[in-house]
Amino acid sequence: MAKTLLDKIWERHVVRPGGDGPDLLYIDLHLVHEVTSPQAFESLRLAGRPVRRPDLTIATMDHNVATGDDTPIDPLSQQQLDTLRDNCAAFGVPLYATGSGREGIVHVIGPELGLTQPGITIVCGDSHTSTHGALGALAFGIGTSEVEHVLATQTLPQRKPKSLRVTFVGEPAPGVGAKDYVLAAIGRLGVDGGVGHVIEFAGPAIEALSVEGRLTICNMSIEAGARAGLIAPDETTFAYLRERGVPRRDDWRDLSSDADAVFDREVEIDVGAIRPQVTWGTNPGMVASIDDVVPEPADEAAERALTYMGLQAGTPIREIAVDRVFIGSCTNSRIEDLRAAAAVVRGQRVHPSVRAMVVPGSAQVKAQAEAEGLDRIFVDAGFEWRRAGCSMCLGMNPDVLQPGERCASTSNRNFEGRQGAGGRTHLVSPSIAAATALAGHFATA
Amino acid sequence: MKAFTTVTSRAVVLDRPDVDTDQIIPKQFLKRIERSGFGEFLFFDWRKDPDFELNHQSGRILLAGRNFGCGSSREHAPWSLQDYGFDVVIAPSFGDIFRQNSLQIGLLPVQLPAEQVQQLMERARAGEELTVDLEARTAGGFPFELDDHTRQRLLEGLDDVALTLREADAIAAFEAAHPAPLSTVSLG
Ligand code: SF4
Repeated sequence: MAKTLLDKIWERHVVRPGGDGPDLLYIDLHLVHEVTSPQAFESLRLAGRPVRRPDLTIATMDHNVATGDDTPIDPLSQQQLDTLRDNCAAFGVPLYATGSGREGIVHVIGPELGLTQPGITIVCGDSHTSTHGALGALAFGIGTSEVEHVLATQTLPQRKPKSLRVTFVGEPAPGVGAKDYVLAAIGRLGVDGGVGHVIEFAGPAIEALSVEGRLTICNMSIEAGARAGLIAPDETTFAYLRERGVPRRDDWRDLSSDADAVFDREVEIDVGAIRPQVTWGTNPGMVASIDDVVPEPADEAAERALTYMGLQAGTPIREIAVDRVFIGSCTNSRIEDLRAAAAVVRGQRVHPSVRAMVVPGSAQVKAQAEAEGLDRIFVDAGFEWRRAGCSMCLGMNPDVLQPGERCASTSNRNFEGRQGAGGRTHLVSPSIAAATALAGHFATA
Repeated sequence: MKAFTTVTSRAVVLDRPDVDTDQIIPKQFLKRIERSGFGEFLFFDWRKDPDFELNHQSGRILLAGRNFGCGSSREHAPWSLQDYGFDVVIAPSFGDIFRQNSLQIGLLPVQLPAEQVQQLMERARAGEELTVDLEARTAGGFPFELDDHTRQRLLEGLDDVALTLREADAIAAFEAAHPAPLSTVSLG
């Protein structure tokens, strides 16, 4: 029978079929960070259980780290980082700690280090684990009990999700890219449109994207409710891996959905019709084109969102002024993102009423950007140039919005208070964020 | 995990769609390294509003809107609901990871068609107590789906890790047949 890519990866990893219950699935790579792991390690310790495969596990520090030189972190954050360090030492788990030169946001370093590979299964106690699907890995977020389960057994009882294929066709207009594709897709599917599914992103517009653009798309699968995104590996993928010292393997063949494979659902999107996207509400599905106006609220939830966001229906999006601009997060903090933003700001100045920052996704991205002189472009324009971390994507660290502050952000979540209690987040692409920083209101380059 | 027994209780009505885990338990409480004590921070920001639903209702059952628990993977969300005193959340749909996390800790997520959830909300608003019977797989009289394996695990309060460790031979056999495609240790 014809199979989807999901079927193929799944079948290769079933340790024991579950029948009516969940299958027992083998996990090839377990990524760990400081926030969702302490209780898992503690349970192992209490039960006297070891980590089964430390060699398939890797930890990094990202959510709590301070990204400025002058910003001390609070004692609880420090305790969480210290706890990770102690746990990794005690259980033999490799750790890329702050200052190692290899640290960074967990979903940025996986692909960067060549750990994210086609056909493997990856989990992490973090919902944006979906990112890694961009290289053809089945990757999904788990909670702390499941983190413990994987540490102890290297497996996870899972039911196979349903399959949804989103096919992107057409040619994008200039200035429209991966972030706009995925925001438009979430606007179309809704924030629960992908619940219970793995989304396979396919079609010529996906094939034309770099691996970094694909990472941006798969990153936000979870914002449509899908636990994982998947893109079939191709020559672009293999070249990316080769550059990272990972030679092509035999078992990467046949990692695509069969031509006659049947998906539970199919959606087609013409990227030629997509304009740069800006969210106006409090979830990523509340999104419009930059040339639109803030829409009339369709229901109570939208009304509540507009109140929270301090917006009036009918206001042109381009007229909305911002206080802050954040370029960073596992969605858009890779080198291509920084290059795209730098191309917009080169030789210009950030608007005097805006505070703008760039936070590279990893120590390696930071080093690369500095080697290319991108940091100078940002600093000369008036951006803050910071150290790698999650930073203001979720503000568990000193980088936060003040109540009422409005931010154009390249991150993935505009939930109430996500970037700081009372803060107002609008999700955009790196080039829109850069242009907005210069103009002081939403703008295109 | 504690064994799940039949619950009969008043229900709290939170009729909003897409309630995300950032609202259920905001990030500043994710810095704790313990598993307990999260209940007092449940819906921390929303609870500052005196009109917020939880401020004038109580019960062990939460009736919620569609896509409850979307967003982040933080298990702190079900921890805080359970610690606050909820044993069951009934909604038309759930965020996948939230649902999975809840099943791990014995907080029962019950999925029912939206019309039935609306009916239960009306009955709860009228002060009726609802019964959730996991053995019979019914909530307020409506049947719900949950596979036998998971139901049994919840009813007995079994730990998934202990269950899987019984399969150690099968896991070892799988590992022998499938050499690891990568190693994190060799990265140095
Ligand atoms: S950058 Fe944001 S979304 Fe990504 S892992 Fe960090 S906190 Fe989560």
